[in-house]
Amino acid sequence: MTKYKMYLLVCGGTGCRASASDSIVENLKQELETKGLQDEVQVLMTGCFGFCEKGPIVKVQPDNTFYTQVKPEDCAEIIEEHIVKGRKVNRLLYEDPENKKHIEDSKHMNFYKKQIRIALRNCGFIDPENVDEYIARDGYSALGKCLSELTPKDVVDQIKESGLRGRGGGGFPTGLKWEIAAKNEADQKYVVCNADEGDPGAFMDRSILEGDPHAVLEAMAICGYSMGATKGLIYIRAEYPLAIKRLKIALEQAREYGLLGTDILGTGFEFDIEIRYGAGAFVCGEETSLIHSMEGLRGEPTIKPPYPAEKGYLGKPTNVNNVETYANITAIINKGANWFNKIGTEKSKGTKVFALAGKINNVGLIEVPMGTTLREVIFEIGGGIKDGKKFKAVQTGGPSGGCLTEKHLDTPIDFDNLLAAGSMMGSGGMIVMDEDNCMVATAKFYLDFTVEESCGKCSPCRIGNKRLYELLDRITQGKAEMEDLQRLRNMCYVIKDTSLCGLGQTSPNPILSTLDNFWDEYVAHITDHKCPAGQCKDLMKYEVVEENCVGCTACARVCPVGAISGDKKQTHYIDPAICIKCGACEERCKFDAIIVK
Amino acid sequence: MSSIKVKLKEQDLNKIKEICKSFNNEEGELINVLHKTQEHFGYLPAEIQEVVAQELNMSVAKVYGVVTFYSFFTMLPKGKFPISICTGTACYVRGADNVLQEFKRQLGIEVGETSEDGKYSLSCLRCVGACGLAPVVLVGDKTYGRVSAEGVKEILAEYQDK
Ligand SMILES: Cc1cc2nc3c(=O)[nH]c(=O)nc-3n(C[C@H](O)[C@H](O)[C@H](O)COP(=O)(O)O)c2cc1C
Ligand code: FES
Repeated sequence: MTKYKMYLLVCGGTGCRASASDSIVENLKQELETKGLQDEVQVLMTGCFGFCEKGPIVKVQPDNTFYTQVKPEDCAEIIEEHIVKGRKVNRLLYEDPENKKHIEDSKHMNFYKKQIRIALRNCGFIDPENVDEYIARDGYSALGKCLSELTPKDVVDQIKESGLRGRGGGGFPTGLKWEIAAKNEADQKYVVCNADEGDPGAFMDRSILEGDPHAVLEAMAICGYSMGATKGLIYIRAEYPLAIKRLKIALEQAREYGLLGTDILGTGFEFDIEIRYGAGAFVCGEETSLIHSMEGLRGEPTIKPPYPAEKGYLGKPTNVNNVETYANITAIINKGANWFNKIGTEKSKGTKVFALAGKINNVGLIEVPMGTTLREVIFEIGGGIKDGKKFKAVQTGGPSGGCLTEKHLDTPIDFDNLLAAGSMMGSGGMIVMDEDNCMVATAKFYLDFTVEESCGKCSPCRIGNKRLYELLDRITQGKAEMEDLQRLRNMCYVIKDTSLCGLGQTSPNPILSTLDNFWDEYVAHITDHKCPAGQCKDLMKYEVVEENCVGCTACARVCPVGAISGDKKQTHYIDPAICIKCGACEERCKFDAIIVK
Repeated sequence: MSSIKVKLKEQDLNKIKEICKSFNNEEGELINVLHKTQEHFGYLPAEIQEVVAQELNMSVAKVYGVVTFYSFFTMLPKGKFPISICTGTACYVRGADNVLQEFKRQLGIEVGETSEDGKYSLSCLRCVGACGLAPVVLVGDKTYGRVSAEGVKEILAEYQDK
């Protein structure tokens, strides 16, 4: 990266690509060419910058200027003003929501200030489709160091010493896992990368694979060296086409450079990686299911033990790690275990990537040291709640996790604290909810998900979750009785205790945590037939306020089902039997004459 | 799961056989074979599954078991413009359900169905990774962000004359 004077980095993550970042790249290149600057300024499409809320993002290097919400039409101005005349395009700079001042570079944005990037170190800095750029940032030096200076045992010891724990949800010590796999003798062993990312609303793993695929490949090779495996497999969802494409390119380039294959870096070490596709089943993220799926079977779990480290893929010792876990490995080898284990809390070392989403100002991908509090994440990095509404809950751990509230905001985030608070780390989805979100409906949403995704092999999960869903459905319709809450709780415990795999063992968590933290809200649905958040449609009723209605007919015209009647200049009437509670009338009415009860 | 009757042509048969062969007719490659086959035909009706079973030397029941296990595989053809609504958590908390209901109403079909003229089909998926744009709707490969129930009409209008 020396030839050019300046770089224009355009975010090529899924979110920004959905907002035309492809055409932005094209337009920028074209504008440069018309000005004859194509040899001085390079346009690169990188991985996700993380600040998805204000995408598409264009970053100018070396001055770090951070343009947000760029449109293809803005490209001419960026080139003309910034590149040619050296003046920043103010209207595209990020505006500090507090003092309304433009912030010129990303280093001064609250969103980035508290972040430490280890797993995401290259995302948004390199072209993921060019191995040279990865190498220029110390890429494959960790593998070289392992192969030439360290014994396999040294590698395992380094990872153990670092305190790294699995980022896929369970938090199992990675070094220990590698050690067990290394000790099990076999003619063939396998290194597996779990890129199934089933948590709906989470996109950490995909962003790493899209933004820095080589980091995962290199770490898998290191793992292979440490445990004596020559074959790696990446299990990735077929729904991630961009990540798959970049992985394929990365694999090809790594082989071409002799970084994968039969004689890696001339040391005689052999290792290669294949891609296996998932086909949309959440349970396949569970490691035994994942292994069955890779064998071409239905992705159903089996009882552990035996653990994959003893009997995994095709019955051979197999090490399964998550994408983000691997993304930490090379940094640990390069900078040392003692650098890594100084970051974080006593029992959770390093950083964690979160996909911050929901009713929050700065939706995006963040990486913070373990021990950062929820308050710092939501209100400082996340910029607080959208539209000035009140914070109600944050859901972590996806369908296996729970909802945390105001009282948990100052809890330092780590594996053990989140568990103690009734949720879990999970893979890193973090969904923020405001006063308009009903917690009963939220629990129902997750149960709907688990019912759909339960593989059906064991009855507590197959039948029990369905019954839980039905109970919640009754509550949201105002048809439940108070005894149902006790039934709900009892059944949750039975399902947790008796299910075969992690899916059923954790699926009641969203219910238990909302029962604990939002008991009153459940009660309101049952005894008052009211949804305090105003989300449960069956409990809502749209009515016209007589005093305010001027008879303008706007509501009747916008109603999609013809539920509103009334003559011009007369008070209108909403027929509750026809009304589908879409809210269109309320939105249209200029006189506050329609209310929800 | 219901399926429609399909008559496979000679060339279709050959295509399936060719796909199976490219994976050495190995039973363990079933999922990869199904991915490739669905990529080619758009869906996996019973007739295709029978051929795959024969080629990989396994029972049709096993193939059917795998096809119905994974939501990515479908036994029904998709519409000319397949519409997918993201019902991941981020989209859900920002109102994806209202959008879904509106699509159902406008098209008169349920999730998993295709409109009678074969133009639209409706499905849900979980997180497309564009949570910043929630709620998200995909029509074919095109992504629509920050969709509201009111915006549904506009989206459909784009495809009306296509
Ligand atoms: C229902 C269920 C779903 C899971 N989904 C994922 C997933 O999507 N991605 C992942 O990495 N791990 C997932 N896991 C955890 C894996 O079983 C396994 O613990 C993990 O891949 C190990 O890697 P790690 O030690 O690096 O975290 C899931 C577990 C369960 C029980
Ligand atoms: S939840 Fe819909 S894009 Fe992520």
